[in-house]
Amino acid sequence: MTTPSLSAILMAPVNAVMRMIDVPLRRLQKATGIGGMAAFFLAPNMLIFGVFVLLPLVINFVYSMTGGTAFFLSERDFIGGQQYSRLFQCQNYLDPMSCQEDAFWTAVGNTFWFVLLQVSLMILTALITALILNRELAARSFWRAVFFFPVLLSPVVVGLIWKWILQRQGLLNFGLYQFGLDPYTWLTDRNWTFAATIGVSLWAHMGFYALIILAGLQAIPKDLYEAAEMDGTKPARVFWRITLPLLAPNLLVVVVLALIKSVQVFDEIYVLTGGGPGTSTLFLTQYIYETGFASALRNPGLAAAASILMGGVLVVLTLIQLGIGKRGENKGKR
Amino acid sequence: MGEIKLTDVKKSFGAVTVLKDINLHIEDGEFVVFVGPSGCGKSTLLRTIAGLEKITGGEIAIDGKRVNDVTAADRGLAMVFQSYALYPHMSVRQNLAFGLENSNMPKAEITERINEAARMLEIEAYMDRRPGQLSGGQRQRVAIGRAIVRRPTAFLLDEPLSNLDAELRVSTRAELAALHVRLGSTMIYVTHDQVEAMTLAHRIVVMRAGTIEQVGTPLELYNKPANRFVAGFIGAPHMNFLKADVVAVSAGVVTLAFAGGYRGELQIGQAKLHVGEKVTVGVRPQHLIVSDDPQHPTVKIYLVEALGSETVVHGDLGGEKVLAVLPGQQRLNAGDTVRFDLSKPVLHVFDDNGLRLFTHPGQEG
Amino acid sequence: MGKVARFILRRKGGQGWHWTDIVTWFWLVGGLIIMFGPAIWLVFSSLKTPAALAEFPPSILPYVTQQVTVEGHDKPLMLYNAKMPDGSTRVLAEVRRIGLVAQMVDPKAPAEIVRVNINDRTPVRTMSFATENYTQPFVHFDFLRYLWNSVFVTVVATLITLVVNSMAAFALSKYEFKGRSIAMLVILATLMVPLSVIMVPLYSIISTLGLFNSLWGVILPTVATPTGVFILRQYMLTIPDELIDAARMDKASEWQIYWRIVLPLTAPALAVLAIFSVVWRWNDFLWPLIVLSRRELYTLQVGLSIYSGELNVQWHFILAMTVVTMIPVVLVFIFLQRFITTGIAGTGLK
Repeated sequence: MTTPSLSAILMAPVNAVMRMIDVPLRRLQKATGIGGMAAFFLAPNMLIFGVFVLLPLVINFVYSMTGGTAFFLSERDFIGGQQYSRLFQCQNYLDPMSCQEDAFWTAVGNTFWFVLLQVSLMILTALITALILNRELAARSFWRAVFFFPVLLSPVVVGLIWKWILQRQGLLNFGLYQFGLDPYTWLTDRNWTFAATIGVSLWAHMGFYALIILAGLQAIPKDLYEAAEMDGTKPARVFWRITLPLLAPNLLVVVVLALIKSVQVFDEIYVLTGGGPGTSTLFLTQYIYETGFASALRNPGLAAAASILMGGVLVVLTLIQLGIGKRGENKGKR
Repeated sequence: MGEIKLTDVKKSFGAVTVLKDINLHIEDGEFVVFVGPSGCGKSTLLRTIAGLEKITGGEIAIDGKRVNDVTAADRGLAMVFQSYALYPHMSVRQNLAFGLENSNMPKAEITERINEAARMLEIEAYMDRRPGQLSGGQRQRVAIGRAIVRRPTAFLLDEPLSNLDAELRVSTRAELAALHVRLGSTMIYVTHDQVEAMTLAHRIVVMRAGTIEQVGTPLELYNKPANRFVAGFIGAPHMNFLKADVVAVSAGVVTLAFAGGYRGELQIGQAKLHVGEKVTVGVRPQHLIVSDDPQHPTVKIYLVEALGSETVVHGDLGGEKVLAVLPGQQRLNAGDTVRFDLSKPVLHVFDDNGLRLFTHPGQEG
Repeated sequence: MGKVARFILRRKGGQGWHWTDIVTWFWLVGGLIIMFGPAIWLVFSSLKTPAALAEFPPSILPYVTQQVTVEGHDKPLMLYNAKMPDGSTRVLAEVRRIGLVAQMVDPKAPAEIVRVNINDRTPVRTMSFATENYTQPFVHFDFLRYLWNSVFVTVVATLITLVVNSMAAFALSKYEFKGRSIAMLVILATLMVPLSVIMVPLYSIISTLGLFNSLWGVILPTVATPTGVFILRQYMLTIPDELIDAARMDKASEWQIYWRIVLPLTAPALAVLAIFSVVWRWNDFLWPLIVLSRRELYTLQVGLSIYSGELNVQWHFILAMTVVTMIPVVLVFIFLQRFITTGIAGTGLK
């Protein structure tokens, strides 16, 4: 006989518990049959999904049609579509400041520009990074790690790192000072702050998308490139005629994924700027959070209505993503 | 005890019927082999006996007790799977112990049974290894060992040798036969390889498309196939089938006209035939004899495979392919024409529906 | 050395520098500085005293001016290298400064006052790590409590995630039953429902269940991740069904099959999910911010953001605690990078 290993000793109590659980479960299995056990295994997950995802989803619609500041549904008045009409009430539809909920439209506008700029820059930089990482590099996994490293950092850490760098005595101003330029208060200037939010979120997430694109690049068969080389194809032509078309499905998924994440932007920006200066970096999620919870004049119904509108956008984007994914799968099968 | 009785067993997956009214009685201690082409339902039949598939009609009884609603665990059977299905994360010893621990057997007895099985199968040397560290043959033994320690009423073996290389398959086959003699338990064995069936079985169950074609001892199947399918399936290489027309019937003798003009007279026995009927005549390749007699049909040879101990000749008899296995080494070449004597060998005559009418020369039945 | 250099600088085509080689190295070196630089700057800054943090231009490394106690002076005095009129330098302590002239003394001979022009003296600086930035928040503030809360949430949520998701994945991969495709659809649908869409009603549900201001209120809504179910199900589909048949013949109950056969064989996928879950839960911010309003319940992320949002930000503490918050994730990254990158490349999910 062999002596028991450390893991065996550690697992002994767990195994004992599992054996105890097994006794009633065997009885359950006798009663329900094997098919019934499937329901048993699925139940905890479905219960949690039901209570914490599906139920809120349904209640959200009810919330969006009630008014008042109370949180419990029973204490709220039904007001129909008033929250929605409030969101859409504007004197001049071209000017967000003329709307009753000008903050909502400011958030929508900010989010729109943020998404547009962040996603296009993100895809561009991630694509370049992936193409470079796909070359024959020494210590490739090291370089991959360099670009991927910030992805795992918490949004709060990301926000604080950059807040520290962008502040008046920060590293950025020190850099300018070295070149003989004057220090600047970046996070009090509307335009610079907005640019900073894009830059910081690029820094934090680019590695993630680069990694997915890299996986797509590595899935392209090597012999295609060898064939192109045999034909004497120029590198630029290889990129446009082989790499890009074969990468397209993967790239499309990445774009939609980036859009979905970008629309929900919140954490690191909230820590970095708090939405300011003024409302220059107020994005949708922060609007919902502040309308629902943080502000003194909180209005959960309005927040719910806004979140449903945002959810609609996300559903459309997700369906596009799933559609692309399915098409890709079918292609793979054929 | 291990007597298994199947009565009108049916199984369908949705609209697809896999087993149609299977009736079979397996005696205690018998070695029964289910054989048939892939997709004939033989594995499904085994799995319904095991309790891994629920039957959609009929009855399964083990030792006289109806077990339709008894789960696989409680039927007291053990199974050896085609892929061996050894638990990859457990050592050989743990693999053997798993089933016994589940039935709350005392530790001492578990150890004793495992040691006994390990000795019997000569797997003692690698009891603490994982299946991934074993060769195919060793895994095979462990899979059998896992069944043995359970001391089941019957062993169910699902193509257990199909993942072994040819040489190992032959030796393991012999060991399995010896094991059956030693244990004396009922064994039900599924294979698509008729050689395995012939060498191992007390009785062979030939299946096709969800039905049983014939049940019998290996030699019964070989000598008196019930129909064309069984005749073609049992024996290697396959039996030759030649089309023929009945041109004359007289007392006990029928005259058949083969393609290419050859006519032969066969002893008909009790069978009934009438002039103008179309029949198929089956003859085993090993039974064909080369002849100089100009009455015998000519065969044009297009391929000769000299194996040393025997010579396999592929030829053409009046437009039909024939295969002959001739003893020893023959001076024949592709392109030669020879004559085969069809008057001496055993000939099986099948009617239009493929059922065997009689066998020449006259044996009863 | 030559070999190493040639290996590192290996280029396409061999001869000469193609423009793509230049772009590559520009991008890689630039990336190295931009990606790692801020984090390294954070770590160096977190070791500086408040005085050093306030300096501009800042020094990279944490320097402090050396001080000495000199006989006849109550307070410690700053040490300087002073250039003497004769060209030599002496190490002197500054007593006081009047206009452009500093009155200094030699610490060994404190009686004699030396007058030095302030431009002729430079402070004697040594490296010093302000470790109190790390110890103080734990001792005098609630950060030890926050750290514990974060660890609790991360560990418990990950354990529940593993159990609940693997059970569901087992049901969805190894059983045929009515409603299986509906269950798959429901799980898929939850991919479309991020927290930001349901935070108002979810908050009311948590409150109704009495989980407001409770760490369980942070944990429970996060544990049924669709990503987790997908990763595990995908992996379990590769476990041969014959193994499960064999276990059923071996008198194993379904629970035993799950626990003794399927779970051990799913270990690699469980490891990936565990790593992801740890990172997710450790980094969670918005939801804990909503659910936790009592200070003693804050997680590190919430505590950090609240402290950093205060009017009088004590950056030396914030920076140190940011480093502390970063450490587990960096450790996970260093040791388990391979799991993470293959996990992301395989599923496309973060």
